[in-house]
Amino acid sequence: MLRFFAPFIAPVVGALFVLALGCAFFSHRDPTALQPADKYHREPNEVHYSFEGPLGRYDRQQLQRGFQVYKEVCSACHSMRLVAFRDLEEIGFTKPEVKAIAKNWATETPSINPDTGEPATRKPIPSDFIPGPYANETAARAANNNALPPDMSLLAKAREGGPAYIESLVTGYEDVPASLKKEFPDFQVPTGLHFNPYFANLNIAMPPPLTSDGQVTYSDGTVATRKQMATDVSAFLMWAAEPKLENRHRTGIAVVLYLLIATGLVFAAYRNIWAGKKH
Amino acid sequence: MSFPWAEHYAPKNPFMRWMDEKLPLPRLVYNAVGAGYPVPRNLNYFWNFGVLAGAALVIQILTGVILAMHYAANGLVAFDSVEHIMRDVNSGWLIRYAHMNGASFFFIVVYLHIFRGLYYGSYKAPREMVWLLGVVIFLLMMATAFMGYVLPWGQMSYWGAQVITGFFSAIPVVGEPVRQWLLGGFAPDNAALNRFFSLHYLLPFVIAAVIVLHIWSLHIPGSNNPTGVEVKGPQDTLPFHPYYTAKDGFGLGVFLICYSLLLFFAPNALGHPDNYIAANPLSTPAHIVPEWYFWPFYAILRAFTFDFLWVPAKLWGVVAMFSAIALLFFLPWIDRSPIRSARYRPMYRIAFWVLVADVLLLGFIGKSPAVEPYVRIGQFAAAYYFAHFLIIIPLIAWAEKPLPLPNSITESVLGEGSDDAALGHPAA
Amino acid sequence: MATLETTDPNQRPPLIGGEEEGQGPRRRDFLNIAAVSFAGVGAAAVVIPLVNQMNPSADVLALASIEVDISKIELGSGIKVSWRKQPVFVRNLTPKEIADADAVPLASLRDPETLEQRTKPGHKNWLITMAVCTHLGCVPLGITPRENRGPYGGYFCPCHGSQYDTAARIRGGPAPKNLVVPEYSFKSATTVQIG
Repeated sequence: MLRFFAPFIAPVVGALFVLALGCAFFSHRDPTALQPADKYHREPNEVHYSFEGPLGRYDRQQLQRGFQVYKEVCSACHSMRLVAFRDLEEIGFTKPEVKAIAKNWATETPSINPDTGEPATRKPIPSDFIPGPYANETAARAANNNALPPDMSLLAKAREGGPAYIESLVTGYEDVPASLKKEFPDFQVPTGLHFNPYFANLNIAMPPPLTSDGQVTYSDGTVATRKQMATDVSAFLMWAAEPKLENRHRTGIAVVLYLLIATGLVFAAYRNIWAGKKH
Repeated sequence: MSFPWAEHYAPKNPFMRWMDEKLPLPRLVYNAVGAGYPVPRNLNYFWNFGVLAGAALVIQILTGVILAMHYAANGLVAFDSVEHIMRDVNSGWLIRYAHMNGASFFFIVVYLHIFRGLYYGSYKAPREMVWLLGVVIFLLMMATAFMGYVLPWGQMSYWGAQVITGFFSAIPVVGEPVRQWLLGGFAPDNAALNRFFSLHYLLPFVIAAVIVLHIWSLHIPGSNNPTGVEVKGPQDTLPFHPYYTAKDGFGLGVFLICYSLLLFFAPNALGHPDNYIAANPLSTPAHIVPEWYFWPFYAILRAFTFDFLWVPAKLWGVVAMFSAIALLFFLPWIDRSPIRSARYRPMYRIAFWVLVADVLLLGFIGKSPAVEPYVRIGQFAAAYYFAHFLIIIPLIAWAEKPLPLPNSITESVLGEGSDDAALGHPAA
Repeated sequence: MATLETTDPNQRPPLIGGEEEGQGPRRRDFLNIAAVSFAGVGAAAVVIPLVNQMNPSADVLALASIEVDISKIELGSGIKVSWRKQPVFVRNLTPKEIADADAVPLASLRDPETLEQRTKPGHKNWLITMAVCTHLGCVPLGITPRENRGPYGGYFCPCHGSQYDTAARIRGGPAPKNLVVPEYSFKSATTVQIG
């Protein structure tokens, strides 16, 4: 009996799944209306950085400029809690410079009053992580219309498009295009938000951070256009997110070269061992 | 172990003789992966992937044990401890990226290994047990990979844990209690993170143990080969060492080159940016997807959008997703064709390649957002997946007229060169 | 049927060496040896990062200096502060303790050092040492007069009985060296920076 039915078990089970999926396949679905973001969301600009490609290296001067933009513009709202002041030595600051940067940082590091045990703050030192502008998330939201400025330590790796996305976003603010208004008469930028086609839903809480050329004054003489500042700060954020990129590239070149030679040798040995064996 | 003409282990010096009497480990290795294991002489490069999967497991265990030295399984510090590894631990970035991409490479080689088995009929008698143990390894790998992905405690980690444990809530009546038991809470938190860490550390060693069984059961009938014709005599085989150690060594080199290119030059290419955002239980990412190796199964899960036969769509999805893997356990008996290799099965060969395309399509759908037309395409592709294994394979076994088989491996090797192209390398 | 190969089918070519009856290794075998050795070098190189990762990480190495306020330390007593996750003794020696330390002939010491050498000029009463016994790393007792200071009035390690004098020099028990004096300096009369 079972012997007779056994060959049919699998096809019957299969038919059940196919039927269930068939019903789903032919089931009715309501058409979805085109959303403004479907049409007006823009992909990041093409930006070229020195760290691209397998031989890419960071441009120390650019990172220092980018750090200056972060310090003078972004750090007012955005923390960078995974980067320590001591890490800044890697982008070309000397030990005394790092010490001075830490000491003069706009916010202080939380600590405890040694006499009373009460919460207190102290001047940061190089081994400290960069203190953020807000004590906690609630404070950050309270100060920003209930929007949370994201931590910037990993931002360049935490966004599709990476540094180019950040560059595009900070320079991408514009007025709502006339064609959009015509096509979607109901579309409105909610109060407190800003139109930015590079942002996923077109409306971003962050006000334009880079408002005018010369907003920062670069000590190396580079002209601080908005574009320049955006490129520099996005490069700096890539470094903040991936400080070991140069080690990775260098090690990678050596490892791949070694492996190519080793694999070539092993291939020759393999042919050698198999010589005369038909297979 | 398997063939009477297998070379015999002879200890070379008094120490090895002493060792052989007390603990014949060298003899075991010699017979398992040394000169004492006769292997069909006609294996092609697709037979490299078993050894490569073993290499990938070794890489994962090695790097994983090291990461565990620096990682802290606590919701408050897990994310930061991973960044501590990336930034401050000596060579930490290398070890972490090696582990992260090692998981992807493990799955790549295992998928190739599985599809090789499907193409050449390696799941058929007398190797059913080898196949069954292989499916067990695959399931253990999936569990391990899932739990490992939770550990960095980024947004995808967190929401992955939420969604995957959500599968269990589809089970009628006991579903929700089972989910809470798995998580040790109402949502993923320290309890879940700690148990996932513990199990993520344990399971690879279980996998290693099942691999030992997998190889053991393989050595009883011996390896399959591209003709699917069983070994008939000494002229059909070569000793594993040095012939296949050399060939696997070359395969390992190529594997390591591909792996290094990804690891050093595009380490985040297969990951998701959202996992660099610390877990936030209050906000789900806009578009959550699992790691790429789960995409086809994720597509099957999402394909069920329709309550059918009084069973809710959610339960259908979960059952179908588990069935998509579980049906592999029955494959040796579903496919009743006595011919192993697809080389001599013209209809099966076509069905095989259609399946490959279908799984790739499912992968693409699993990665895409759940909107039209992807949902409908996914439903079609999922239906085909089940149809392939449960309907088409039995039908082909019944209807197909196989091509004439060679009398032996040797005959096929010396044949009129017709198969050398298929073997993937020129005749020696 | 054609033959598969010219030699016996199961005659393996030697992988390494391949010396046959006094002949040197054949030229082709060098290839195998080279391949295996080159791969071995790579495998050895991989070990370096796998071992090095256990060394102190950058954040641990960066643990900077600390500043200690010594204005509240009473004569004859001291405090324990934590520097690089290790305890440090800061002790205010009494004139008698200084005199006791100076009275000891150097030649009789296991690790000869004077109190002058172990303190800063002009601050001979401030004895600042690691609170880590040089025997096996326990924290000795005696920083405050309440604790057992041992027969030499300095510190006494309860783990294995090492005895230190009022200059924190080893005088009895198994420890080989005096308590280590860390790098430090006086920022002002009441502030010491360690590290």
